[in-house]
Amino acid sequence: MKRPTLVGLAGLCLLALVFEALVALGAVSPLTLSRPSSMVLAIGDLVREESLIRAMLTTFGQTFAAILIASAVGMPLGFLLYRFRTFGVAYDSWLGALFAAPLILLYPLFLVIFGRTLQMVVFMGVLTGAIPIIIHVRQGLLEVQPIFLNVARAFNASAAFTFWRVMLPAAVPTVFTGVRLGLVYALVNIIGIEFLIDYGGLGRLVSEMYFRYDVPGMYATIVFIILISTTLFWLLARVQNRLRRL
Amino acid sequence: MTSRDKPPLVGAVRLITVVLLGLGWEWLARSGLLYEGVVPTVGAVAGALWREVSGAELYRHLAITGAEVGAGFVIGVSGGTAAGILLGAFPFAGRVMQPYVNALATTPKIIFLPIAMILFGVGPASKVALGALSGFFPVVLSTAAGMLQIRAVHIKVGRAFNFSGAQMVTKVYLPSLVWPLITGMRLGLGVTVIGVLLGEVKLSSGGLGFMAINYYNHFQIAGLYALLILIFLLAVSANMLMTAIGNRLARGPS
Repeated sequence: MKRPTLVGLAGLCLLALVFEALVALGAVSPLTLSRPSSMVLAIGDLVREESLIRAMLTTFGQTFAAILIASAVGMPLGFLLYRFRTFGVAYDSWLGALFAAPLILLYPLFLVIFGRTLQMVVFMGVLTGAIPIIIHVRQGLLEVQPIFLNVARAFNASAAFTFWRVMLPAAVPTVFTGVRLGLVYALVNIIGIEFLIDYGGLGRLVSEMYFRYDVPGMYATIVFIILISTTLFWLLARVQNRLRRL
Repeated sequence: MTSRDKPPLVGAVRLITVVLLGLGWEWLARSGLLYEGVVPTVGAVAGALWREVSGAELYRHLAITGAEVGAGFVIGVSGGTAAGILLGAFPFAGRVMQPYVNALATTPKIIFLPIAMILFGVGPASKVALGALSGFFPVVLSTAAGMLQIRAVHIKVGRAFNFSGAQMVTKVYLPSLVWPLITGMRLGLGVTVIGVLLGEVKLSSGGLGFMAINYYNHFQIAGLYALLILIFLLAVSANMLMTAIGNRLARGPS
């Protein structure tokens, strides 16, 4: 392991010891800050009594459903916006604005339409996940190097061949960036929605622990969410590096 | 893209899209496909919008949200700038902390709301804390990245003049960090607004987020639509304001 990583982990352990000592010595109330040791113990309770694993699978399942639908909808839309340039240019800045807009705040509207259901949570994931996919598919196709297209033309390749065998492979890294961003957005928004409406997987669990004043359980769930989302995003970044090197 | 290579009819396409969306909305509202009142008509929303803007209630809640966003933004930006400069000025510390900062930057900040409420109570302070936490990360990331871009010769000149730490910050680092800071602040303001509003939606007694969820709970759907339109307009104008300030600063003497 490299030195910065080691120092970082040592610092983390030291911080945990300081928190442990602060609570143990009574400087901070255990109702405010959970002891790191009870947090670790709480994980066991969460798995046994609160079906933490099921909550995680629920959240991940919703996220993957959302990203699948978002890809199925967003990729053809991105292609159409590339193919019909006028529409692409017309909607380009709108998509950029939507990408930056606080779409999660619209959730009460969809709560009214869908009710507190799985579909509503997935829908919010699709809404937030599809936008980066549309943007990046269009961009990936627009940025295919002209020399590739010239070579295809020199070989008298058909339009279909040029699209499937030349343009699409060239656009894959950019498209994947879109899918990765879509997944990050979908996951973050789905956990947020779950927390806000007390429904579904991990987000709901945090809210439940808070309202039950189960401080160690609440801290443990939050740390758990940070760990699994970080792991997922790290894996996606690795896949992306692979794709870029091909 | 310049106006020269803009294809024709872009304006027409936009206009037609807006009209079609309006008509589609109106049709959906009147079609009876959804339960009655779930999607109000365009007219009903316009009426509600007028009621909101002409009433006093909106401004009271807007003031609360504005104060929370303002306080959270100031705390988040100053903390983020200080942390970013430290991470950049001490490269080893930067390498140690970067993975943790990156990891926390992408997690949904809203799940920290319970901790904020335990620490600061369920009042406005917890919303300020969530807003500050949300705004902190874009600023620290962009400041730390900006520190790496500072020209080495500027830092050497500072050292040659035997600058103190504070002088290095005010005379060397900050002037070179204007652009990264503006970028960070623009992104930061957006997420601070979201953080504060979501905090209000979850549990609060005032602010635009509270108002929205209150409308939802009383099934005043037209009011809810009107309020969300106003919130989006505010978010967009805040973003435009930050960009304008950035452009202004970039043109001025630096």
